[in-house]
Amino acid sequence: MPDTNFEQPQTPAATPLAMTLHVNGRDHLMALDPRTTLLDALREHLGLTGTKVGCNHGTCGACTVHIDGRRHLACLVLAAAAQRRNIGTIEGLAGPDGALHPMQAAFVAHDALQCGYCTPGQIMSAVACVAEGHTGSDAEIREYMSGNLCRCGAYPNIVAAVREVAANAQQRS
Amino acid sequence: MAAVAATSSAIADAALELIEVKYEILPFVIDVEDAMLPGAPILHDDLFTAGVEPKATTASNIAKRVAFKLGDVDAGFAEADVVVEGYYTTQAVHQAYIEPHACVVTVGSDGQSLIYSSSQGHFMVRAYCAKLLGMELSDIRAMPSEIGGGFGGKTVVYLEPIAMALSKQTGRPVKMVMTREDVFRSTGPTSGGTIAVKLGAKKDGTITAATAVLKFQAGAFPGSPVQPGCMTCFAMYDLKNVTITGYDVVSNRPKVAAYRAPGAPISTFATESAMDELALKLGMDPIALREKNAAKDGTKTAYGVTFQNIGYTQTLEAAKNHPHYTAPLGPNQGRGVASGFWFNIGGESTGAVHVNEDGSVSIVTGSPDIGGSRASMAMMAAEVLGIPVEKVRPVIGDTATIGFTHLTGGSRVTFATGMAVTQAAERVRDDLKKRAAMIWEIPVEAVDWKDGEAVPAGANAGGFDPMPLAAIALKAAKTGGPIIAEVSVNAQGAGPGFATHICDVEVDPETGHTTVLRYTAIQDVGRAIHPSYVEGQIQGGAAQGIGWALNEEYIYDKQGKLDNAGFLDYRVPVASDMPMIEAVMIEVPNPRHPFGAKGVGEVPIVPPMAAVANAIRGAIGIRMPHLPMSPPKLRAAMDAKAG
Ligand code: FES
Ligand code: FES
Repeated sequence: MPDTNFEQPQTPAATPLAMTLHVNGRDHLMALDPRTTLLDALREHLGLTGTKVGCNHGTCGACTVHIDGRRHLACLVLAAAAQRRNIGTIEGLAGPDGALHPMQAAFVAHDALQCGYCTPGQIMSAVACVAEGHTGSDAEIREYMSGNLCRCGAYPNIVAAVREVAANAQQRS
Repeated sequence: MAAVAATSSAIADAALELIEVKYEILPFVIDVEDAMLPGAPILHDDLFTAGVEPKATTASNIAKRVAFKLGDVDAGFAEADVVVEGYYTTQAVHQAYIEPHACVVTVGSDGQSLIYSSSQGHFMVRAYCAKLLGMELSDIRAMPSEIGGGFGGKTVVYLEPIAMALSKQTGRPVKMVMTREDVFRSTGPTSGGTIAVKLGAKKDGTITAATAVLKFQAGAFPGSPVQPGCMTCFAMYDLKNVTITGYDVVSNRPKVAAYRAPGAPISTFATESAMDELALKLGMDPIALREKNAAKDGTKTAYGVTFQNIGYTQTLEAAKNHPHYTAPLGPNQGRGVASGFWFNIGGESTGAVHVNEDGSVSIVTGSPDIGGSRASMAMMAAEVLGIPVEKVRPVIGDTATIGFTHLTGGSRVTFATGMAVTQAAERVRDDLKKRAAMIWEIPVEAVDWKDGEAVPAGANAGGFDPMPLAAIALKAAKTGGPIIAEVSVNAQGAGPGFATHICDVEVDPETGHTTVLRYTAIQDVGRAIHPSYVEGQIQGGAAQGIGWALNEEYIYDKQGKLDNAGFLDYRVPVASDMPMIEAVMIEVPNPRHPFGAKGVGEVPIVPPMAAVANAIRGAIGIRMPHLPMSPPKLRAAMDAKAG
């Protein structure tokens, strides 16, 4: 057998586990297979398909969400372990009136996307990157945004968008 | 073949565990040169080399030989003052779009089928599925889902026919999604290959002869892009004596799929590295050597086409004058230059323009949007109709709602589909004028169209107030019904693309790691319809080329199994690997397109590997002929030089 076959044999059915996920400010009571990842819970069970799947193995960043304000890879978190935490996804970033989050607006203004598939993950990561204060230079932004692959190569414009939001945030504070 | 459908992936996985497969391990061959040797394990005993005289009589892993020729290379080399020769190799690399392949299909009990999938051409999906499942095209409706990157790798089907067969058997919708490992193992990569190059030149830099022999991995079945590899590798130059020979070779690897400018980056890595060696040997500036031999309007290529309206020399001129080219370099740093060519294509496309009752405009095309083409379509239609682009909403129609459209590839959409949309918009504009003439009760010749409004053509036409598009739309029912035009074209005359890139690197003498410090990509874009998207295409192509140059490769273990089927071990460039990539657009308009557009998406991936290799040559004084130019390889080369 190839050693790269890391899919473990699975038991077809497991007793569903009742859990409450607090997503984008709302509680969702759900009954899920205990093996369900946060990524699958969001996409397959809550219909929040803004969070993307690129690898399911923690290597691409497409599934980046916020848990208590910090960035996490939703494919590496069990849904059950994310209970009682504040989960934020791309769907919750815009204001209740639909006004774009400054990072979303900056991505639009800088054309920081091509196919857009990596974009929700990039934006969630970028919001956290600014909050973490890792925006001292373009090199620092690049370093701290390196967990999010963009195969379209939109990096120059992504960096420009993050730089702009960080500069504006600094001005306000 | 076996396939399992289940109500959850956990059940499907458990079912797969129950399938017993016995494999008989046969002799295998991975390397392309090994596969061509006499006595190599033969993959297909019914495969005979095409394109050779006399006709092949024994089975071979060489599926095809292609050759292109101009003049007499022996005479050309006899005239040469200097000759350089080199042998280059590249590895298979994957397109590595972040969205894995996925589809949802349903086959109804009456055979009517619906396919939702992400591809570069839903008409292509429909055609393959119909053929494989023995259905009529009209029984299948293929819907274009948003696509998360393709780069050529989504121009064929993998999942859809299997999902259809499962749906047919179960009578239920079927969803199939690839894992990342599936994507690496069973889809796409492009060929690796070997390229032998020889160039001869006079002391003044005039190239007197050039030859190249290309051997490309096709994977398990024939079909590598060796032919375009041959056609593109010297197309930047006006050569009197040239021969290019290519071999399409099967080996025990995944069947290759298209990847951005298929074939050209592989062959051009070799020829543009060789050009750099020639410049060094002649003691000539690399841009001056290229200018001396550059293809111009009227240059005949080895593959038969004579160029018109090309902008290659303009890219060289811009490179020479760019501040990057003369900026100072530090220790362990080097600068490389390389050029590249891609044909760009046209072909069959359909575009429809609908004027809605409220004066807004809908555009439908059959081209999946992989790089922002919808925005370009809206901009072209808005310009023809003289209305703000916000009034135009572009969508992609499915196979039942828009006319046949060839897939998105070959850098064809802005050119060919753009032509269909422009012509449809022109028809709509003419129709709007006719309607205004009808309402005003004057001849149509007396109506002009200006800034989105019908206006009387002159004082004699009558003193009517301008009639905006929305007002005419409101009266559509009274003036002949819906205002709609759909145009299908088979567009010809796509202007070819040329690019010249400048790259600065620094090589760490301790680790052999290469950092790209600065990158400038200059390209003739015809006319940039949406300049920032064009820049994005240029930056994206360059980024993928840098990854191909420095990191990316399929690695096989001794048993012939792929060892790095994941993003952890197959490393695509991340943000911190990339410098700022400056895109410089040169505009030499294409007279065959209403707005002068040329394809832009592919040529930017052609020069980077040689540009990086030439920069490394400058930094450490060593020619790196084998991709990827990874730290261990550089370290070994530096150690060998230090002796
Ligand atoms: S899907 Fe989670 S990191 Fe790739
Ligand atoms: S925009 Fe396509 S992967 Fe980032």
